[in-house]
Amino acid sequence: MFLIECPWCGPRDETEFSYGGEAHIARPVGGGHDMTNAEWGHYVFHRTNPKGLHRERWVHSHGCRRWFNVVRDTVSHEFLLIYKPGEKPDLPALPKSPEPPDGPGR
Amino acid sequence: MAEPRRLSSLADEPAHVAAVEAGIVMRQAPLHAMVTLRGNAGDPVFLSGVREITGCDIPTDPCRAAMTTDHAVLWMGPDEWLVVAPPEAGTDLRQRLRDRLGDDRTAVVDVGDALAIISVGGPRARDLLAKGCTLDLHPRTFRPGHCANTLLAKAQVTLHQVDAAPTFSVFVSRSFAVYLWRWMLDAGLEYGVQVLQD
Amino acid sequence: MSRQSFRLEGGGRIDRARALGFTFNGKRYQGYAGDTLASALLANGVHLVGRSFKYHRPRGILTAGVEEPNALVQLETGAHSQPNIRATQIELYDGLTATSINAWPNVKWDLMAVNNRLGRLLPAGFYYKTFMWPRSWWMTYEKAIRRAAGLGRAPEAADPDRYERQNIHCDVLVVGGGPAGLATALAAGRTGARVVLVDQLPELGGSLLDESAGTGEAWRQSAVAELAAMDEVTCLTRTVVTGYFDHNFLIACESVTDHLGHTGAQPHLPRLKLWRIRAGQVVLATGAFERAIGFKGNDLPGVMLAGAIGTYHARYAVTPGREAVFFTNNDTAYAPAMAMAAGGARVKVADVRTEPGAVADRARAVGIEVLPGHAVVSAAGHRKVRGVMVASLGAEGQVGDPRYLRCDLVGMSGGWSPAVHLFSQSGGKLAWRAADACFIPGVPAQTTRVVGRANGTIGLSALMAEAHAAGADAAKDAGFSGSGDAPTLESDQPEQAPLQPFWSVPAKPKSERKHFVDFQNDVTVGDVRLANREGYRSVEHLKRYTTLGMGTDQGKLGNVPGLALLAEMQGVTVPEVGTTTFRAPFTPLNFGAMAGRDVGEFMDPARRTPMHDLHDEAGAVFEDVGQWKRPFYYPQPGEGKDEAVNRECRAVRNAVGMLDATTLGKIDLQGPDVPALLNRIYTNAWSKLEVGRSRYGLMLGEDGMVIDDGVTSRLGENHFLMTTTTGNAARILGWLEEWLQTEWPELKVYANSVTEQYAVAVIAGPKARDLLGEVTDLDLSADEFPFMSWREGTVAGIPARVFRISFSGELSYEINVPANHGAALWGALMETGEKHGITPYGTEAMHVLRAEKGYIIVGQDTDGTVTPLDLGMDWIVSKNKDFLGKRSLTREDTARTDRKQLVGLLTDDPQAVLPEGGQVVEELQDRPPMTMIGHVTSSYYSANLGRSIALALIKDGRQRMGDTLHIPQPLGGPTLSATVTETVFIDPDGSRLNG
Repeated sequence: MFLIECPWCGPRDETEFSYGGEAHIARPVGGGHDMTNAEWGHYVFHRTNPKGLHRERWVHSHGCRRWFNVVRDTVSHEFLLIYKPGEKPDLPALPKSPEPPDGPGR
Repeated sequence: MAEPRRLSSLADEPAHVAAVEAGIVMRQAPLHAMVTLRGNAGDPVFLSGVREITGCDIPTDPCRAAMTTDHAVLWMGPDEWLVVAPPEAGTDLRQRLRDRLGDDRTAVVDVGDALAIISVGGPRARDLLAKGCTLDLHPRTFRPGHCANTLLAKAQVTLHQVDAAPTFSVFVSRSFAVYLWRWMLDAGLEYGVQVLQD
Repeated sequence: MSRQSFRLEGGGRIDRARALGFTFNGKRYQGYAGDTLASALLANGVHLVGRSFKYHRPRGILTAGVEEPNALVQLETGAHSQPNIRATQIELYDGLTATSINAWPNVKWDLMAVNNRLGRLLPAGFYYKTFMWPRSWWMTYEKAIRRAAGLGRAPEAADPDRYERQNIHCDVLVVGGGPAGLATALAAGRTGARVVLVDQLPELGGSLLDESAGTGEAWRQSAVAELAAMDEVTCLTRTVVTGYFDHNFLIACESVTDHLGHTGAQPHLPRLKLWRIRAGQVVLATGAFERAIGFKGNDLPGVMLAGAIGTYHARYAVTPGREAVFFTNNDTAYAPAMAMAAGGARVKVADVRTEPGAVADRARAVGIEVLPGHAVVSAAGHRKVRGVMVASLGAEGQVGDPRYLRCDLVGMSGGWSPAVHLFSQSGGKLAWRAADACFIPGVPAQTTRVVGRANGTIGLSALMAEAHAAGADAAKDAGFSGSGDAPTLESDQPEQAPLQPFWSVPAKPKSERKHFVDFQNDVTVGDVRLANREGYRSVEHLKRYTTLGMGTDQGKLGNVPGLALLAEMQGVTVPEVGTTTFRAPFTPLNFGAMAGRDVGEFMDPARRTPMHDLHDEAGAVFEDVGQWKRPFYYPQPGEGKDEAVNRECRAVRNAVGMLDATTLGKIDLQGPDVPALLNRIYTNAWSKLEVGRSRYGLMLGEDGMVIDDGVTSRLGENHFLMTTTTGNAARILGWLEEWLQTEWPELKVYANSVTEQYAVAVIAGPKARDLLGEVTDLDLSADEFPFMSWREGTVAGIPARVFRISFSGELSYEINVPANHGAALWGALMETGEKHGITPYGTEAMHVLRAEKGYIIVGQDTDGTVTPLDLGMDWIVSKNKDFLGKRSLTREDTARTDRKQLVGLLTDDPQAVLPEGGQVVEELQDRPPMTMIGHVTSSYYSANLGRSIALALIKDGRQRMGDTLHIPQPLGGPTLSATVTETVFIDPDGSRLNG
């Protein structure tokens, strides 16, 4: 059972939170209408799923209802870094997000 | 036509008094006027407006509550507060805040009917809460004037420590109130529960 | 009642003034307060306590603690009964009743013991090899095996006892209350840090409890008193830490009244309490487990671990025998040997070491015959040991000529394994220490420290110093200082001579099949050898092939010897064959404790609407919708479900019905950018919605699939009220917040749930306007208050928002009032509506009515794979703006024209109702498999149409209008045929709801 440091409320039990998947996957500008199917599919469906450091989103759903970002080690479950949306801390070197099959996304 | 009756969600819950000497005192708090207030804590107009209506300095530190004799303002999130006022404030509370704060940068929402308040105190109150709440309620980390949105048993609640006795106010959505009341009575069996009637 | 003929005259921690009667296997005995069931049995000379799992060999008490593999009993009878409880951990209480498990018909004459003779035929992997063929016989084999191999019996009656769970937080958690744990807790506690000290025994002290006087006992008493006086120290005794999880979260189970027996329990107290501990720092002082040694018959009753003999002797004043042979590879067996000798027993020690050192000299001085370089090669006896064969060991391990020694007790010590289980659970890596032939804690994965014997530390002074330092360190890391000086507790034990690793006496294969390694699962040295020969060379394979360490004792005794033997056979070091990973629970955890009070009405909250009691009084049958209790239907006397639902449906179409719709999700949206938000999350356009008007909307995920629908109304220029389906209320608020906070922070919108703030009564039917007109100040004319609009006024004197929207296809008003007035509103409408024939209707009638109109229910007619186009709702999908999921609608797969599409189905037999979920086929075959082209999503009998109706998702459905399809019912019932139709069955032009 994780103890997660909400950037606002402080350390709380995992049961108060919901997991929000991989972080920093921006919605394509304009809704992706000029993207190929493969590019759009990559945005909607593809995730890195690394063993090791992972940037991910959590929301304090039973607390202050705020979303935030973390860097978590998926092996040790250590939360290395926790930051608010919009904050851009120096992130540790992380595995790169794989590129879509037919070229970079926009 | 029958006179419309205003009923709290716990109106018909019977009182239980345990045989053991009571380590817990529980009470259904009377109806209150309550609003959820959304706004920008960095906006001096917003802060002074709330102070004017409630008499409270809006708490900008997370998980803190401000109290006067008849008003309380609880931090619910970085842009969200719960304002608690005497029942006679009624819908007037929302209207006065709305008129003072405007509707383009703030939101004021009535929740007086949505929430029930259970007061729980006594020497074993922390032990009772610890049976269903993962918060660290030790006096070193949770004190009078602290509040928290959290889970108690399987209900989402706002916990507000009112005094050092300790006494806590438990704010819970009305549909969960009967469940939570009974759960708390049952959790208190070990310590003995006295139910106070207003 | 038997005499306690093996009870020593004096000493021990028992209370001789409190004699307790108990029954074991139907026979009555007496023990004393302070006894365990095991010590009381031994005091009465009872060694035979059970039969082994596979071979049904007679088994006795092997240990004095939590690691006991043999002495498992069924405690008590009836609903209070608990299976497989270790007799070594059961505190004796008056009237206790226990029986052996795994013995049929009884422990002394076990018919299954034939397995013992057949042992040659039941080697490791036997089940896998033999019962694989023929496959169809497996069921038969399985039943026979289960009866033969079963452990205890679970009680069949509901558990009448209370169980609690409780959270506790601390700066420093100390697990283990022996000398190391006490020293740690003192060092941490003196700093003012919040300390929780957990120990499984009724008293703190651990191994110090084996001295009832002297400096150790004096220090123990002062330490316990000092801890008790500290405000921030919590001592939990009779509590076992069973799990160590991520982020220093641990689980411990406390006996609150369990040890009193149910006769002594007080009903307001729990039997067990499960502690959920969140610690800043953890110090493990969990001690060590002594190991057995393999020799033929080392499982006979009367063969025990040497340290256990010492514990029974000192703590319980019980001598488990009068003529003992100890068999050891280290110094620790000498202390219990000398204690027995001092008590008048005849004692011999066979020590595999050729030069046992000073300890042997001291033993000889008290009259003990020491046999250096000797081993016990076999034990003799039927249900109890009556002698052993000992032989000299050559330098190459060759066994000399054995000679017989008479004895009634064998004490063996193969060295000690630190209790690294919790450390391993925490993610810490183990390291092999060759000198002591044991695993010790290596690199921790969390803020975990290990002290004392659990850390492989030997010697009381070293252990106390280490524990004190760890306690002070842990407190310091938690932000506290001032631990004072380390306690000095001089040990009277001199320096120990080194141990000589020794796991099993060299022997012939036939004999090795009786050298037990894992006593609970009957795994022998022979089995390990067989596994190795057959290629199961890694420890993980060994475990699974032989079941070594897979019993309820989790191999506390057998794992390390099994591993070491495997390494020896392969000629490699222990780490080379691997280390085992220990998993939770450390000891078996009671199901009641896990469930706690999450049973009965507390299993899940029952959410009640403000009108709940009125529905109850009206005789409503309730349906669970998520956690909500919603009226399902309101049967009148003599009515079943069908009659009630039919009556309710007819009432809505012909007069007026009333539905409690409080549970619908309601989200208050405020701010200048609400229309922009709505445009992005709904498929249709919202900018031009006027104040006072309402609009239906559909939400998609980014994958283009429908996730929710509902009506949103404009309450003011910057103020909207969104409704969601009942089950999605929290999810949709979260969905809005997610986009607002993470992707569109520039939008000025505040979203708040007001689901609970308003009670909602829906009145629907041709008389709805007449009824409402009597109790409201609103102008209800169609011009003033048209369909898809809302007005604010009073209803029955209560301030209300009335929405003219419809989920039934009838003229319908949804009346929202503050929730505390909900019951009053409902009561007033029932009273006034009586003359209009008002009929309360439940969720089932609501479902039928909406299906008659072809209105979907998200989650019933959709399942996360359905687009708006699949639903035939192209009309609500804007072509002129972007919205969530829009791009996905033109992906190849979603743009296919032959996807599963929502259509109506009308059965050929109008009275036959299709099963929901029923698979639809185009071509019938004699038997499955048939090609399935879709399934029925909604199906009801419609009283208003006098026939059944259904909705279905059918592949390429819209091209099949008028086709006949078939719905087989493989689980019973005839195959039904139906015609594909449009989805609207009543009033397709909407004149009823627009009127």
